[in-house]
Amino acid sequence: MLQITPSTATQWSRFGSRAMFGQAILSLAESQENLMVLSADLGNSSGLDRFKNTYPDRFLNVGIAEQNMIGIAAGLAKEGYVVFATSFAPFIAMRASEQIRMNLGYMGLNVKAVAIGSGVSMAFLGNSHYGIEDAAVMRAIPNITVVCPADCGEIVKTVFAAAMFDGPMYIRLTGAPNNPVVYTQEYEFEIGKAIRLREGSDVTIIANGTMVYESLEAAKLLENQSISAAVINMHTIKPLDTAAIYQACTASRLIVTVEEHSVIGGLGSAVAEYKTTLKNAPPQLILGLPDKFGKTGDYRFMLEQSGLTAPQLSAKIASALI
Amino acid sequence: MDDQRIREMAAAMRRKILDISLACNTSVHLGGGLSMVDILATLYGRVLHFDPNNPTWEDRDRFILSKGHGVLGFFSALVVSGIISEAEFGTFMTNGSHLIAHPVMNLSLGIESSNGSLGQGLSMGIGLALAALKKEKSHKIYVMLGNGECNEGSVWEAAISAAHYKLKNLTAIIDHNGLQSDGRSEIVMDFGDFADKWKSFGWDVHLIDGHDLSAIHAALVHPNRGDRPKAIIAQTIKGKGVSFMENANEWHHNRLTKANHEKALLEMEGQ
Repeated sequence: MLQITPSTATQWSRFGSRAMFGQAILSLAESQENLMVLSADLGNSSGLDRFKNTYPDRFLNVGIAEQNMIGIAAGLAKEGYVVFATSFAPFIAMRASEQIRMNLGYMGLNVKAVAIGSGVSMAFLGNSHYGIEDAAVMRAIPNITVVCPADCGEIVKTVFAAAMFDGPMYIRLTGAPNNPVVYTQEYEFEIGKAIRLREGSDVTIIANGTMVYESLEAAKLLENQSISAAVINMHTIKPLDTAAIYQACTASRLIVTVEEHSVIGGLGSAVAEYKTTLKNAPPQLILGLPDKFGKTGDYRFMLEQSGLTAPQLSAKIASALI
Repeated sequence: MDDQRIREMAAAMRRKILDISLACNTSVHLGGGLSMVDILATLYGRVLHFDPNNPTWEDRDRFILSKGHGVLGFFSALVVSGIISEAEFGTFMTNGSHLIAHPVMNLSLGIESSNGSLGQGLSMGIGLALAALKKEKSHKIYVMLGNGECNEGSVWEAAISAAHYKLKNLTAIIDHNGLQSDGRSEIVMDFGDFADKWKSFGWDVHLIDGHDLSAIHAALVHPNRGDRPKAIIAQTIKGKGVSFMENANEWHHNRLTKANHEKALLEMEGQ
């Protein structure tokens, strides 16, 4: 059983999100007899090498064929298996998008589609491998729950919660090795329920994935400028915890959303869609990856290019408050 | 004896197809529904294991209509098999019905999957077949595709993997009527030797006349050679059974008028 402690949090951070996903699946298999994990020939790159060696009967490499993988996953799910189907974000969310729409969305089959290395964590592999628009596409399909965990500890929480959750999901993993740590001890995680990580009276920052950590750091920087910022971990983009947003809207002058995803269609859009139903909601600053295929580089370079490091976030938030 | 029973079943299905097409008073996929009637009559009448009183019986054989627009052939088979009631069938193409122009997954009506987007059913069939093998179950999985549908690349992803996984419990039936939405298949996209392609993908291929009831039955029950999945390529006639619809692609998707309905029924009675 994987437990979040200060020491495991540090260790898992070094593994990074992909390897941690593999660890979580390996641990899940101990109790989940009917688990099946599918990969489109990216098992080793997805941290699944130990899993496939330990449980060869529960692992299926379908070859480089994501569309077929989703159909096979659906057939297995229909016969009662809990199925995790994995690939890199664009290949699973977009190459196999219509298969996900039919099998997971329309038929509601119990498949967890997992995007390994979403956002810009694929670094020098370039835009072909980035998950820029995946949450937007998946969020628009009826029936699909979309989760983007904040750190390696929350990846463990998400994998176990997903196995218990009877329904299709899209799990979006962001972050690279040395993934920043948000959680250093066990906590309550529930799909669809946002977590307030920090209180603040001027601004509420709503973030998910790696941007939860950056937002917490940005809130500290804002404090030095006497700006009080609350931070919410909105790990579930759909269904959206609207009660948490409502509460934030009544208590803040500005709502900020931060995500390692395009500013179009993801968390920022989801929050904005809800806010339009409120009277007198505060304005919103949507921060995320720019709507373009830009120059590429290492992970830190990519975050800086996109204005998603803590100092950049705090500067943007401070100027929006003026 | 069996052929005669299946012949009568197929004739009943064709009458139901014509009656419901008239009753629903809208355009329906007649041609591709009629081309597979003899295959589905044989499948449901002589081959599939199912319990009409318990459609979710765990050990039932599974049938997936990957060519989802073939619902007229499919639903009429479910009606004559006692799985879908006449009253339910009467709701076809009415607002809010469970029965529309493409299958909507509904296990209590014997509909295993939602289809309509071509090129997806075989992959699900592979998942079902893998699950059966893993659980050491003896039920079989049948997937019906159209030859036009095989233009989709995803069909060939599935074809490769079914052979790779040695799915001897999986049968793909290709309703090869040689026509697709925009016209003759060899004009739209010429496959060359279609059967040879399935063979080269590692399938146990049976090439048959899809209106010869004995041949259909023989191919369906023939033990798979080795551990290969089976592909039955059934040469069929689009619109089979109604002379003015046969090989006439305007009946791919069309509305049946009262006059045409009468003409078709008279022709059938004469046969």
